[in-house]
Amino acid sequence: MVSVKNLPDKELFYGHKACQGCGAAIVARLAMKILGERTCVALPASCISSVTTIYPQMSFFVNNMTSSFPATGAVLSGMAAAVKAQGLKEVNVLGLAGDGGTIDIGIQALSGAIERGDDFLYICYDNEAYMNTGIQRSGLTPYGAWTTTTPTNNNDIGEKKFKKNLFEILIAHRIPYAATANVAYPNDLLKKLEKAKGIRGPKVLHILAPCPTGWGYKTEETIEIGRLAVQTGLWYLAEYENNEVTLNYRPKDFKPVKEYLAKQKRFRHLKDADFQVIEEHRDEEWKILERHLRKDEE
Amino acid sequence: MSAIELRNENKKFLSGDEAVAEGVKLCRPDVIAAYPITPQTVIVEKLSEFVASKEMDCQYLHVESEHSAMAASMGASMMGSRTFTATSSQGLLYMCEMLHYVSGSRFPIVMVNANRTVAAPWNIFGDHRDSLSQRDSGWMQVYVENGQEALDMVIQSYKIAENQSVSTPIMINLDGFVLTHTYELVSIPEQNQVDEFLPPYSTTNKFDFENPKSLCFTASPEWQTEFRYQQYEAMENAKKVIQEVDKEFSQVFGRTYGGMVEEYHCSDADYILVAMGSVAGTAKIVVDKLRKQGKKVGLVKLRFYRPFPKEYFKKLGKKAKAVGVIDRDISFGYEGAVYSDVKAALFSQGADVKTINFIAGISGRDITKEFLAEMYSQLEAIGNGDKVEEIQFTGLRWK
Ligand SMILES: Cc1ncc(C[n+]2csc(CCOP(=O)(O)OP(=O)(O)O)c2C)c(N)n1
Ligand code: SF4
Ligand SMILES: [Mg+2]
Repeated sequence: MVSVKNLPDKELFYGHKACQGCGAAIVARLAMKILGERTCVALPASCISSVTTIYPQMSFFVNNMTSSFPATGAVLSGMAAAVKAQGLKEVNVLGLAGDGGTIDIGIQALSGAIERGDDFLYICYDNEAYMNTGIQRSGLTPYGAWTTTTPTNNNDIGEKKFKKNLFEILIAHRIPYAATANVAYPNDLLKKLEKAKGIRGPKVLHILAPCPTGWGYKTEETIEIGRLAVQTGLWYLAEYENNEVTLNYRPKDFKPVKEYLAKQKRFRHLKDADFQVIEEHRDEEWKILERHLRKDEE
Repeated sequence: MSAIELRNENKKFLSGDEAVAEGVKLCRPDVIAAYPITPQTVIVEKLSEFVASKEMDCQYLHVESEHSAMAASMGASMMGSRTFTATSSQGLLYMCEMLHYVSGSRFPIVMVNANRTVAAPWNIFGDHRDSLSQRDSGWMQVYVENGQEALDMVIQSYKIAENQSVSTPIMINLDGFVLTHTYELVSIPEQNQVDEFLPPYSTTNKFDFENPKSLCFTASPEWQTEFRYQQYEAMENAKKVIQEVDKEFSQVFGRTYGGMVEEYHCSDADYILVAMGSVAGTAKIVVDKLRKQGKKVGLVKLRFYRPFPKEYFKKLGKKAKAVGVIDRDISFGYEGAVYSDVKAALFSQGADVKTINFIAGISGRDITKEFLAEMYSQLEAIGNGDKVEEIQFTGLRWK
């Protein structure tokens, strides 16, 4: 089984202009390691397209294109249909989109593509805001986060809604394979990439990809921040296939969310009462997750 | 038409939409992605049937919107597949963003647009407001007069769009209901002849696993001008290719449409109407009638709106006394868009010609023979020096 110790040497993603410590760039690099050369990538408008495909440079060393912001799912369908029509073998069709390009403007095209059952892998790297356009909120921005469109002047809390649950939306599609992952847990992520590669039909990975620039932490802390998200229970590592949900990692006790949130400038204004609200919501989300879990895990 | 001829020529009694579907079938697209909208629906229904019955070997994608129809077509085209889609009105507007992606990335997608006005006021009937609003989307636009021309133009369009010196998408415009839902006898070309005329799609503008590519990328201000110039050049190249393809088509299939424009009694005409689409058929009847009365009238059926036959109108401006342009739309705050373009070309060489813009056939209202005869008499009047209003709403109730 692939792990960080025996990653393929071949680099298919380099020379990009992402910020230091960019979680999204880690997602792209690891995905390309697993998917390999016979991959066609569609990137909607996002950080990852803006830092990789500006003519005449190319940072993906596989066939790639920038799709319009809403259309990634549909572009993947078209590519997958062409692969079928031409009888091409062992071609991976990959979409790599941000949280905004997935949960907001891209949800319709993604939903349609999953429903059609086309053969593609869609990765949503979640940096929890529209980073490319300068840190505006998205439907995956967490409660209490400052963004440029959820300002925190005058004691305002910032974002007032909780993250939409993409994983549950995917489950509702009865998709062949969906998983959540996190760049701070690379072996789990690699395992899921490899598994997805082997399954025919639509597959979606929702990967937490911390962003030092938008979240406000030091560039060397990306992995630590990613781990804290899991350790505090604000992100879980799970998989859905064959109508069953599996939890891949269960923290013994959740660390206080403050340990994760207080490290980031975007949550700097939060008070103890706010942390409590967030913990209550976290516990509710876990209750919903537990209901999905396979019996033998309970 | 005798029964014998019918049998030999493989003629079928088809609506315009059905004729389009027959044409698409003959072109063997690899991927179809389409979303239904009146009056285009019959096209997608027919194609679905062809695919289901295996008369067509094709991937048919039931997309969830027109935006996705065009995005999926683009995804397939960049893999080197021949694609088809069809839409109308609100659907065309809904895919507007993708139209620019496709033309800017130079994918030769063929699309049929069943011309229908756009809301509001909501109305499902035909005018050219939908396609004219997409004039600058970088697509070629051709307007057809009847079902036969619709079928034939599907075949021609692939040949034009896929020509490597063009590599630009094309929109075939078919008047809603008047053409889409009207039945006529249509001659269906033989599959082997179409195969010979239109070989499988071959391009370098596609993904390549030996030599991976970035297509449809970002270009900085340093390069954008050069890419736009290439698009400009491709459209200029298309003017020649359109003529050549029409000629080659006529040699194989025995029907010719004149390429960019079709002239009807124009060589000695003083008074000329310019029209796009189905109204050209009625106008020809009116021209015949007026010619019998000794009037020097003619019709220019403007087939290609983009690329625009500028050179043709430059010359026409020197011959005619008065030119009228029928616009089935208006650009509020100015005049009909087709009129603006025709006028600019007519006068570009300092010609002395009078012009009138007829705003007619809005949202499916008939352009009758009487209306057309009246247009010619207005042209005659202005040609004789009478004062005539420049922008006229034909058949307007209030004034
Ligand atoms: C139709 C459309 N609306 C808006 C935009 C502007 N836009 C480009 S990228 C982007 C945000 C992308 O956010 P996300 O998907 O989360 O990716 P990230 O930049 O965070 O990596 C927006 C709003 C666009 N390109 N297209
Ligand atoms: S802003 Fe964030 S997501 Fe975008 S390149 Fe920088 S670190 Fe990566
Ligand atoms: Mg984002």
